[in-house]
Amino acid sequence: MSYLEYNTQRMPRGAAKMLHLNWALVVLLVAVACYGFVMLYSVAGGSAQPWMQPQMQRFGVGLLLMIAVAMIPIWFWRSMSGLAYCVTALLLLGVEFFGAVGMGAQRWLEIGPLRLQPSELAKITTIMALAAFYDWADMKKISRPAHVFAAAVIVLLPVLLVVRQPDLGTALLIAAAGGAVIFAAGVHWGYFAGVIGSAIGLVVTVVSSRGTEWQLLKDYQYRRIDAFLDPTLDPLGAGYHINQAMIALGSGGWSGRGFMEGTQSRLNFLPEKHTDFIFTTLAEEFGFIGAGSLLVLYLMILGFCLLTVLRSSNRFAALLAIGVTANFFLYFAVNTAMVMGLAPVVGVPLPLISYGGSAMMVLMVAFGLLQSAHVHRPRLPT
Amino acid sequence: MITRRALGLGAIMSGVTGTLMWRLRDMQLDQADAFRLLAEENRINLRLLPPTRGLIHDRNGVLLASNEQNYRVVMTRDDAGDIDLVLARLQQLIGLEDDTLARARADMLRNRPFVPVTVAERLTWEDISRVAANAPALPGVTPEMGLSRLYPLQADMAHVVGYVGPVSDRDLAGEERPDPVLLIPRFQIGKTGVERAEESRLRGKAGSQRVEVNSVGRVMRELDRVEGEQGENMHLTIDARLQNYALERLEGQSAAAVVLDVNTGDILAAASAPSYDANLFVRGISSKDYNGLLENEYRPLVNKCVQGMYPPGSTFKMVTALAALEAAETDGRERVFCPGHMDVSGNRFHCWKRAGHGRVDLVSALAESCDVYFYEMSQRCGIDRINAMSERLGLGLRYDLPMTSVASGLNPSREWKKRSRDADWRIGDTVNVSIGQGYVLTTPMQLAVMTARLASNRAVLPRLLRDPLERSLPEAASLDLRPEWLEMVRRGMTRVVNDRRGTAYSSRVVDPTMAMAGKTGTSQVFRITQAERDSGIRRQEDLPWNRRNHALFVNYAPIDNPQVAVAVIVEHGGGGSTAAAPIGRDILLAALNEGRPPLAAYPTSQRNRISAEQSEMDDRLRDLRSFRVSRA
Repeated sequence: MSYLEYNTQRMPRGAAKMLHLNWALVVLLVAVACYGFVMLYSVAGGSAQPWMQPQMQRFGVGLLLMIAVAMIPIWFWRSMSGLAYCVTALLLLGVEFFGAVGMGAQRWLEIGPLRLQPSELAKITTIMALAAFYDWADMKKISRPAHVFAAAVIVLLPVLLVVRQPDLGTALLIAAAGGAVIFAAGVHWGYFAGVIGSAIGLVVTVVSSRGTEWQLLKDYQYRRIDAFLDPTLDPLGAGYHINQAMIALGSGGWSGRGFMEGTQSRLNFLPEKHTDFIFTTLAEEFGFIGAGSLLVLYLMILGFCLLTVLRSSNRFAALLAIGVTANFFLYFAVNTAMVMGLAPVVGVPLPLISYGGSAMMVLMVAFGLLQSAHVHRPRLPT
Repeated sequence: MITRRALGLGAIMSGVTGTLMWRLRDMQLDQADAFRLLAEENRINLRLLPPTRGLIHDRNGVLLASNEQNYRVVMTRDDAGDIDLVLARLQQLIGLEDDTLARARADMLRNRPFVPVTVAERLTWEDISRVAANAPALPGVTPEMGLSRLYPLQADMAHVVGYVGPVSDRDLAGEERPDPVLLIPRFQIGKTGVERAEESRLRGKAGSQRVEVNSVGRVMRELDRVEGEQGENMHLTIDARLQNYALERLEGQSAAAVVLDVNTGDILAAASAPSYDANLFVRGISSKDYNGLLENEYRPLVNKCVQGMYPPGSTFKMVTALAALEAAETDGRERVFCPGHMDVSGNRFHCWKRAGHGRVDLVSALAESCDVYFYEMSQRCGIDRINAMSERLGLGLRYDLPMTSVASGLNPSREWKKRSRDADWRIGDTVNVSIGQGYVLTTPMQLAVMTARLASNRAVLPRLLRDPLERSLPEAASLDLRPEWLEMVRRGMTRVVNDRRGTAYSSRVVDPTMAMAGKTGTSQVFRITQAERDSGIRRQEDLPWNRRNHALFVNYAPIDNPQVAVAVIVEHGGGGSTAAAPIGRDILLAALNEGRPPLAAYPTSQRNRISAEQSEMDDRLRDLRSFRVSRA
């Protein structure tokens, strides 16, 4: 089914498209962002600066960006997928050669006044490229090795470039979101069994490579793995952050210690409390009511996203929506699992809440694409 | 296909989110108490609050030991990160010496990383504000305020009050379960003198404070505090003004002087010269200064009043006289012929006067300090009676005083010699002891007690601490010496000072209300060789300092109603009548006149000289009015 098959007569036109946005989703996004504003105010010690106000401005821009992207027909985005993917790949290569080093990794690219984090961009464009690929491909052949190989190349090219920055967390998330799209497209499950099996093999190899000449990961990444496996092993070293995060989270109890009363965050026991560890402050100050309700909101967002997926009979739109949904899910799941001691400490922000520009923009654009799919979904003839 | 797979993915996502929810519930609801406890442990520190040390006053309320504000900078290696960088910044900020930094650095590396180490003390308010203002650039550095001991009278009270210093490992080793306050870094405890002897009362009890700290241990706020108990304030019997006078009067000598109240035993002054500034030890004395004190041949670190043991010389003759009277070996009026020497079992014992005193009775023998008279009396009554009388007058006893290293002196007996020398007592030993030579050794404190007992006929014991609330002064028990014996001894001592032929006539007092009795003593440090005797006795001034005789003088006044007793010793001072008696007189007059001897008490012929001496000394004497504090 191609875009020509759409009954364009029934597409909303012009300003009327606004009415066809998934407004429930918009409301949910705003609600989650508000959790973020409150927490950024709290971790700044009761001040809009330096985090809450810029974050609100960015979210406002992000909302406008989302609506703008949603207004543009989904088939336009399909035709742009290939180009966007190639530009992203070039930018990632640019980081490889000209990137600025920050936090021990090359992640930014300075283009004039712009500071670009191409790895964030790669999260969407990889999904777009995959969705476009499966839209183009013959569905009967997609389980053939050649097709699977092509899809794998689309995913692995950006993943490998991101790994080299090195940003293992983002790379794994891009790979996982890509995998979700390939899976949803209907590729034979045997391939996934094979990938998961070899992933286990890889983990074994990586762990056994430690301390040898061909060590595959940096030392700090190994230490994070150790700290993940047993945070109590080194409470003042590698496991310190995760230990303190768990103490903060657990001490919240049912209703929390009160707004701006969290001792763990206020007394600086928490690391990165405005970015990756912001969930712990939320859980500490608002308890299970606050943290649990956020998870429920996330779950509702997932639900609305899946609804969009199910209502798109267009394959590109459906797969793109799946990718966006999976990406969003992976972010909040990995982040919360990390601070609860269920996943290793990787640099993954809590979507819509953690302070940070690039991630927020990219996420809003992704939701824009999903909204575009929603607005331009096929409608039954009346 | 897409629908089915999408639903499958949706199920997986919901499942994972559900698991996260379960984990959250488990941590926040089931384990909340455990995590809450950990969070509290994280943020709350229990700290000891060092108690304020008790103050020490003199008998009139003058502050002898107080506490001053002390601003210091403390640093913790754990929080500092690069300690060299932080120290360098600190140095730039408040200008510290290189070796101060080196010491702080060594301290930090030696201690465990979270132990706070004092980098610099006694900073000015400006310095401490600068450190506080630049706190962000100085991680691990905390400005603190504490109390530090201060001795306002500096050297005056060093031997009596003593000083405090940081707790050493040796201090801790002595205690079974040390007071936790001792583990506070740089906590100061008494090291010598009253500060050490009364440590348990002066120290007080530590308070505690619960504080909230942040992740690097910086105190954010105080949660609650339990105030400690301030140490007890002490009141000494010392009169700071008299002590100051006595020490200045001994200036330039290696000497000691003790002033006692003859009725109560109150120590009004205990001066040991030279002294030292006790504040040096509180602040941490430099090894150069310390070695200077150690190598000084006048031994400033020793409290000669109670630690110095000297042969009492002729000041011991009152003991021999009383022993003979008690033994009824003489009635005192009996005259003994002094030819200038006496032969005892083949040895010749000389009188200090080569020509001899002729016929002397007890009173004139004391007045003129005839040795032969006492040689004779001692042989009559024997060492046992002399030993008993000596003890009765307070010699050879270790007084229970809150001072450091109180010596017992030596009151020799047959048993003592048998025990320590494994030899029999010889008659020659008795003869030597009779004039305070030979084995007998006394401290200035003991001589003062002896004099006080002779003056009061009471078994006074020296005391240094007084209860400021006590109304009537406790009087010591009677000594039960027969009044007529004492009367004769006192008459002898009166004539020592007031008779033209007395050995201390030049140190007489002309004001009858302050009339004084005393006894000079000159004790040999080295035996005079026969060769020296043949070549004519060498003049003391020709001998090297440390071979000269000790000069002693004991006295009390007023004669008809004794109030104070004084004992003075000038180490290697030459002769008692020339070196010690004038000092004894001055200090006694000062004690009777609120610390300043009146010129009218001196003989007219001496007033010009005394007046010159006094005005020279006045410049050095302390004006204690500024130190006086109202009593609580």
